[in-house]
Amino acid sequence: MRAAAALLARDLRIATRAGGSAVLALAFFAAVVTLLPFGIGSDPKLLARVAGGVIWVAAVLANLLGLDRLFQADYEDGNLDLLALSPLGFEGIAAAKIVAHWLITGLPLTVIAPLLALLLNLPPSAYPALLLSLLIGTPAVSALGSAAAALTLSIRRGGLLLPLLLLPLLAPVVIFGAGAVLAQVDRVENGAIWFLAAISAVTILLSPFVTAAALRLNLSD
Amino acid sequence: MLAYANPQRFMELSHRVLPWLCGATAVLFAVGLYLSVTVPPDYQQGETVRIMFVHVPAAWVAMMAYGFMALASLIGLVNRHPLADVAAKEAAPLGALFTAMALITGSLWGRPMWGTYWVWDGRLTSFLLLFFLYLGYIALWNAIENEVRAARAAAVLALIGAVNLPIIEFSVQWWTTLHQGESIFRSGGPLISAVFLWPLFIMAVAYTLLFFTLLIVRIRTEILERRTRSAALGSSS
Repeated sequence: MRAAAALLARDLRIATRAGGSAVLALAFFAAVVTLLPFGIGSDPKLLARVAGGVIWVAAVLANLLGLDRLFQADYEDGNLDLLALSPLGFEGIAAAKIVAHWLITGLPLTVIAPLLALLLNLPPSAYPALLLSLLIGTPAVSALGSAAAALTLSIRRGGLLLPLLLLPLLAPVVIFGAGAVLAQVDRVENGAIWFLAAISAVTILLSPFVTAAALRLNLSD
Repeated sequence: MLAYANPQRFMELSHRVLPWLCGATAVLFAVGLYLSVTVPPDYQQGETVRIMFVHVPAAWVAMMAYGFMALASLIGLVNRHPLADVAAKEAAPLGALFTAMALITGSLWGRPMWGTYWVWDGRLTSFLLLFFLYLGYIALWNAIENEVRAARAAAVLALIGAVNLPIIEFSVQWWTTLHQGESIFRSGGPLISAVFLWPLFIMAVAYTLLFFTLLIVRIRTEILERRTRSAALGSSS
């Protein structure tokens, strides 16, 4: 447990110091959302309907940014081999990395999402759903993302391949995440948030083991 | 089953089976295609019903191919069997091809029936995602140079995909649906008439045989390629 906390604290420190990825992902997230009205026009009614979906898609894309470096930096300088020898085990490393990634990207994205929703004219009644869906859904993005990052670990240009592997798998999270927001805009009850919670719970539970298996195969031989 | 997983034994057996498999595939395609173009047009869909005979079997085989790939990946991961790895690897491009065929023939059918090539309907969309899953799998194989490592990484990815596919399918269905409901596999017997059922059935078997014929050819080629490579390495050192 102490080893996991140490790893987590180190990752957070690296991300928040100069050149870290935490602020960059946020800026990217805001930039993508800002670009949207230029593409589809500024009709407030239209923006209100697409706000949830746009914020969700932008959040997923922003999550991709730092993902390829999640294990790669430690893999390249040999730290991962040392971590593997620690009492954490690969599952522990994976879990700590997933939590770190969520704290660095998922949580800040969730916090500034209402601000961007304001720009997109999201109706006030949909704010709780937006916050809740991001809070529940973004950990699943980090969890599935860490598995994909571990699979592409030894590939030199892994950052290019990673989105292709990950994005189709994230379709359900986006569908139910954005669906939960849209339900509040349209004032209907569709249960999307519960499906999102179920998918998120299963993904978070399984992904440390899948990530660990992927790390193991990359460090063997 | 695993007894034939020895590459040498697989080469011998497949060498004997392949001509028969090719012949059976050709005959079934001849019969199936003949029936497909000679059945009377449907009273609702008209002549476009014939697209169904090339579209529906392609979609079935595309899904079966993913199941096969996931199963071979599992055997490859658990039993560390090289032939299972090769089988999974060679099934992927075929699966992608059948998925693309299902998508293309589906959109050609959609144009006269729905008035548009593409609708964001449940099955179309989940097939598009299936296509991307295949592409990702193939890309991962190609990106990792070490064969053993590539096989294991791709196998893990195939299994993640296999677990996710039902969720993707469900979520996309939930999201929207315009497509016709199930009309063949349902309790109380098929809804479509026997006139159309026979050609469809024959075409489905023909497509399945085509998949396995091509798969065996691809596996044989891969094994021969690897032998050539290791022979070249042996002679150069």
